Amino acid sequence: MFLCDDSDIEFTLQPGLGAPVWRGRVPGSEALKDFAAAARQVGGRMAAIWGSDERQRGGGFRLHCVFGLDRGHAWVNLELPVDDPVYPDLSAVFPAANRMQRATRDMVGIATEGGDQRPWLRHGGWPADWYPLRHDAVHEVGMGAGFENRPSDYDFVKVGGEGAHEIPVGPIHAGIIEPGHFRFSVVGERVLRLEQRLGYQHKGVEKLFVGADISRGARLVGRVSGDSTCAYAWAYAAAVEAACGVEPPPRALALRALLLERERVANHLGDLGALGNDAAFAFGLTQFFRLKEDWVRLNATLFGHRFMMDCIVPGGVTVDPDATALAAVVEQCSAIEDAVKALRTLYDEHSGLQDRFATTGTIDSNLARELSLTGMAARATGILLDGRAHRQGYTPPPPYAALGVRPVTDERGDVAARVAVRFDEIAESLRLLRMLAVGMAAGDTRIEIAAPAGGGGLGVVEGWRGEVLVGVQFDNGGKLARVHPHDPSWQAWPALEHAVMNDIVPDFPLINKSFNLSYSGVDL
Amino acid sequence: MIPLLRHIFRTGILTEPVPVSADGPQREIDRLHDEILQILGRALTIREVDAGSCNACELEVHALNNPYYNLEGRGIKFVASPRHADMLLVTGPVTKNMENALRIAYDCTPDPKLVVAAGDCGCNGGVFGQSYASCGAIDNVVGVDLRIPGCPPTPLALMQGILAAVRSRK
Repeated sequence: MFLCDDSDIEFTLQPGLGAPVWRGRVPGSEALKDFAAAARQVGGRMAAIWGSDERQRGGGFRLHCVFGLDRGHAWVNLELPVDDPVYPDLSAVFPAANRMQRATRDMVGIATEGGDQRPWLRHGGWPADWYPLRHDAVHEVGMGAGFENRPSDYDFVKVGGEGAHEIPVGPIHAGIIEPGHFRFSVVGERVLRLEQRLGYQHKGVEKLFVGADISRGARLVGRVSGDSTCAYAWAYAAAVEAACGVEPPPRALALRALLLERERVANHLGDLGALGNDAAFAFGLTQFFRLKEDWVRLNATLFGHRFMMDCIVPGGVTVDPDATALAAVVEQCSAIEDAVKALRTLYDEHSGLQDRFATTGTIDSNLARELSLTGMAARATGILLDGRAHRQGYTPPPPYAALGVRPVTDERGDVAARVAVRFDEIAESLRLLRMLAVGMAAGDTRIEIAAPAGGGGLGVVEGWRGEVLVGVQFDNGGKLARVHPHDPSWQAWPALEHAVMNDIVPDFPLINKSFNLSYSGVDL
Repeated sequence: MIPLLRHIFRTGILTEPVPVSADGPQREIDRLHDEILQILGRALTIREVDAGSCNACELEVHALNNPYYNLEGRGIKFVASPRHADMLLVTGPVTKNMENALRIAYDCTPDPKLVVAAGDCGCNGGVFGQSYASCGAIDNVVGVDLRIPGCPPTPLALMQGILAAVRSRK
């Protein structure tokens, strides 16, 4: 049984070669609540929530909820009236909805009935009754740059009791890392509770998409979270291609996968080094950062950019590696594979390192499901969920369908599991890269795209961190009306809050690094 | 322990000077190292502040400490507090939500201090520009001594920029 077939709501399958997405519209709040409950019942996930202002197109406001289901994604819309744009709070069914709903209120001014009403992205940089993504959100100074900045207090949850105290950390952290605020409630060294306050990286990305053309959108989306630039660029391209009803050539798809897997390996190499370093094993940092540098230098040589920014565009890719370049990819895979194997033995046999990794920062698969967690962190609790791999009822999009991706899992759910999953995923990505490079399809790398008048699409890509989604809507003039990029970190940040409970404060940097979440990707 | 030492020994020192005939980035790195040390004659401490970047600039700043660039090995160290820093290396357009924190970090850095804006966003706002959420370039918020363009700037460009900033103060 598939929820989208079984429901009263009429769903249509999105065209194109991207991951399967069914789009439907619920008639009212009750129907949305029912659908959410049914999705939870069948083991579904809350994949993304955003809002859009449809008043210029003859509507009111629109709520977009995306649910991750066994066969693919259900993109559900609920129309909201202009005078009273409220909808039911879904956070009791899907706790992951909490922050997404609050961000939607801050940005579009549509709110939940009841539930957590604290602002999320708005810290006081603009007025509370000014919603950036409304069409009439104008200000005498361009883009609202003239508002007075009044940083506000935030209502953190207080933990009481004898000996309990708070440690505030951030927004500027001790290392070379993005900003965010962590409020630890501790007794002695033990963490009773962590509450995150994010939004410091909010730079108005979604507003910048409004009215942009397709190519400007591609450049922006590649800078939502720099470490996942290929994943975002592909998800955006897939969404635009679905809206235009076009299919990129096979060579373009194979090259996109090649770029995405190179991005995965680069990030996993860096993380494995940093994880060693956070457990006082500087040797690991030096060794893995050496490998990562080799890896990104080849990116620069072959694709013109160390992180492969702007290589994936709607319609295809901007790179066209020749046989020599593909041979260099294959050759590097062998070199990196040998080096990583040797380092894995050293990591596995280092008792001090394993002592820090094992049983630290644990979450189990039940909690991961409760929080709609995806990606590497979910697989490290034993959940077999990877958008690149076949599963019951689900066929991955090309070129992955033909590659036979073997998803990696580990049941332990601790830092050690997230380390192990990264090691195994590097090995699997190297295997895929060899297959892609050796069997690279010939032909065109890009087709021309004409901007559509209206319509939209949703792209879903399994990035190195997890599921990256990009929702796109066009206006009637062929410009972007609304783009919502969604990072897997939305679901993973709350998981980190749980993972540190009952561990000690000095283990936090290690646990945090084992997730390595994006701030920019969620703050937008 | 023995396999570990063997691995370290086999890896060797990657920052060794390259043969005279060699060209390319490694040679440039060595030249920069020598010049930075000549000018400083001591250590330089840098506090990196991400004021709103997409995190790509941070990846390249991290790379400065890999064995190829080995910045810390030459006495240039990233420190945890602005109070310990000679230089602020700032990335990103400054978001409204980070404006206050950046000012505080700037005020906490002892004089004489250097401020380097790294990346296109830090130099001029980049793709994000100025808006209701973004103050744009770093020097819209705190004084900047030197700008390093690039999206993101390569580690080599970052090293050159750090050197140029130090030189400007000599």
